[in-house]
Amino acid sequence: TPDPLITEVQDWASGLGDGVDATPYGLPIEYEADVVRRNVEWLTADTISSINFTPIHALDGTITPQGCAFERHHSGAIELRKEGYRLMINGLVDTPLVFTYADLERFPRENRVYFCECAANSGMEWAGAQLNGAQFTHGMIHNMEYSGVSLRTLLEEAGVNPAGKWVYVEGADASSNGRSIPLEKAMDDVLVAFKANGEALRKEHGYPVRLVVPGWEGNMWIKWLRRIEVTEGPIESREETSKYTDTLADGTSRKWTWEMDAKSVVTSPSPQSPIKHGVGPLVISGLAWSGRGAITGVDVSVDGGKSWTEARLAAPGTDKALTRFYLDINWDGSEMLLQSRARDASGYVQPTKAQLREVRGLNSIYHNNAIQTWWVKTDGEAENVEVS
Amino acid sequence: EKLGLGRPALPVEIAAWDLDVAPDGTGLPEGSGDVFTGEEIFAEKCAVCHGDFAEGVGNWPKLAGGQGTLDHDDPLKTVGSYWPYLSTTWDYVNRSMPFGDAQSLTPDEVYAIVAYILYSNDLVEDDFELSKATFTDVELPNTDGFIIDDRLEAEAHFWTDEPCMANCKDSVEITMRARVLDITPEVEVTKATAAEAEADMERAEEPAAIAPAEEAVVVLDAELVSKGEKTFKKCKSCHQVGEGAKSKTGPVLNNIIGASAGNVEGFRYSKAMKAAAADGLIWNETEMAAFLAKPKKYMKGTKMSFAGLKKDAEIDAVIAYLRSVSGR
Repeated sequence: TPDPLITEVQDWASGLGDGVDATPYGLPIEYEADVVRRNVEWLTADTISSINFTPIHALDGTITPQGCAFERHHSGAIELRKEGYRLMINGLVDTPLVFTYADLERFPRENRVYFCECAANSGMEWAGAQLNGAQFTHGMIHNMEYSGVSLRTLLEEAGVNPAGKWVYVEGADASSNGRSIPLEKAMDDVLVAFKANGEALRKEHGYPVRLVVPGWEGNMWIKWLRRIEVTEGPIESREETSKYTDTLADGTSRKWTWEMDAKSVVTSPSPQSPIKHGVGPLVISGLAWSGRGAITGVDVSVDGGKSWTEARLAAPGTDKALTRFYLDINWDGSEMLLQSRARDASGYVQPTKAQLREVRGLNSIYHNNAIQTWWVKTDGEAENVEVS
Repeated sequence: EKLGLGRPALPVEIAAWDLDVAPDGTGLPEGSGDVFTGEEIFAEKCAVCHGDFAEGVGNWPKLAGGQGTLDHDDPLKTVGSYWPYLSTTWDYVNRSMPFGDAQSLTPDEVYAIVAYILYSNDLVEDDFELSKATFTDVELPNTDGFIIDDRLEAEAHFWTDEPCMANCKDSVEITMRARVLDITPEVEVTKATAAEAEADMERAEEPAAIAPAEEAVVVLDAELVSKGEKTFKKCKSCHQVGEGAKSKTGPVLNNIIGASAGNVEGFRYSKAMKAAAADGLIWNETEMAAFLAKPKKYMKGTKMSFAGLKKDAEIDAVIAYLRSVSGR
């Protein structure tokens, strides 16, 4: 039968649409209203010191739009205007300095794409399969193009003393969220960023200035960055002792677990993105990343890890940034236990949950980079499961 | 090569911002505080979230207990059982607490609160006084409980350049399903959200903050208002009042007495509060008194994690104070 969408003249084909003054700064069209950040109420005491999740099940490509990139703050997203912004560098430096926002804009600028992943991403899955959706299991991640100044440039402007071995970085919000970073990393690839994806940082991502610490856990990417202190040793702040440390089975805990290990997840099909078209051509798609370098390959299994097929990378992996992978298959309508396995430039292969538990025990919170399994059923619906 | 941008930081500016305290006590200001003083301050400023004995309220952090549980299932990580350095506690209380009213404590108050946290963890006696001088005498039990990231050695077997591609295992069984637990937040249908938004607008259009006539003519007792202002300190970590007040953890409370429940614009109320608002709850004196006495009992599901005011006199005073404050 002929399709009336084709044979009949539609309203939009005869009437007029919005003028160019309708939306000076646009939002997604109303039909995409379900593609939003979501939070999990029972996770935290309130929504101020809390986290929400990027809708990765509904996105494609690699760049995360700021408006749906996950948020995590410890004292709420504050409002700090550029005119009220100051950045101080003090401690073991030749000249302690204060910069205004306008000062920062006069330093040589860099553009880099990096992922930012919360150390707690997938943390609720340590105990077992818990949350039904890639957004909730893997959505504490985003990937943006940052514009800003190399931290090395600012430190050199102040002049680091030979005794300085660390920097302590903190934000202007009430939590301050201070973290210690070895000077070697600070002088390597850390950025003081003021734009993301071409536009000003959003309030929830640290407007007007945040730190970008490539490959390292998101908690170190200080938002509303106000101070950089060069020190002899680490400060051992709350966020690097009582939190963001990893307790092993024998009760000892790892600290300074900064790098985010290689990880991947199939974003579609997945519980929030079931197969609706029946048998035939199916695009399996997902994301892979590593804090230790570029993704070199991703393997996909449809049988729960018995056998693997190398997926197609949409573009060659780049250093500490998201990589999109695809596996185009002809789905025969049978059940699948869908998994993906990332490999990175350091030779690391993403482990299974069993392999991680074998080393770390059952009491970990952070750094769960295990292989995820989606049980795709004959009707195309998918569920988060664990397999033997 | 230097560009000559920025300006030298003044010593007074550095002093204002450089607040961090290192494990060896570097950065501590002069001052002292004892357990008894700390207990009083803790009850007033911290117990709302952390409990009278630092045992934690609801989902808010427990600060005491848990010693010897780190190698058990679900270890309890507190200042006493987990935190390696006392400097971290001092620094965090000084810099970021109370939640919603950070940097309002004096050094002596911080010393006292930290002394009380030590006492609540059975690490000091009740006559203990913490000061800059005695600070480094205190060693926390889990000081040696940490190792530096050893993944490169302990997990070296994950660096295998040639992962298995075929016949990697004989059989695969599903061992756990997320649906069995069913704790994934329900995703609202867009339509429902739209309907809710419409309903919200309707509610907003209703005459909201009209106080019943009899309550509008109450004459305020200055002494009672003054008492209420003092009691209100317990509320201040979450609620602001007066000119320029903003919603924080809790909504702004200007003109709250006599107002419809759940009507502060932009504040995200609990489902319970929204339901009460839809049922037409008005915060008259009786309702407010009942809420303040036992918030969780009065309204199951409220976000207000406050144990309640124990004395009727306190409740009357706070209500009198709330009557006296407005945004104008």
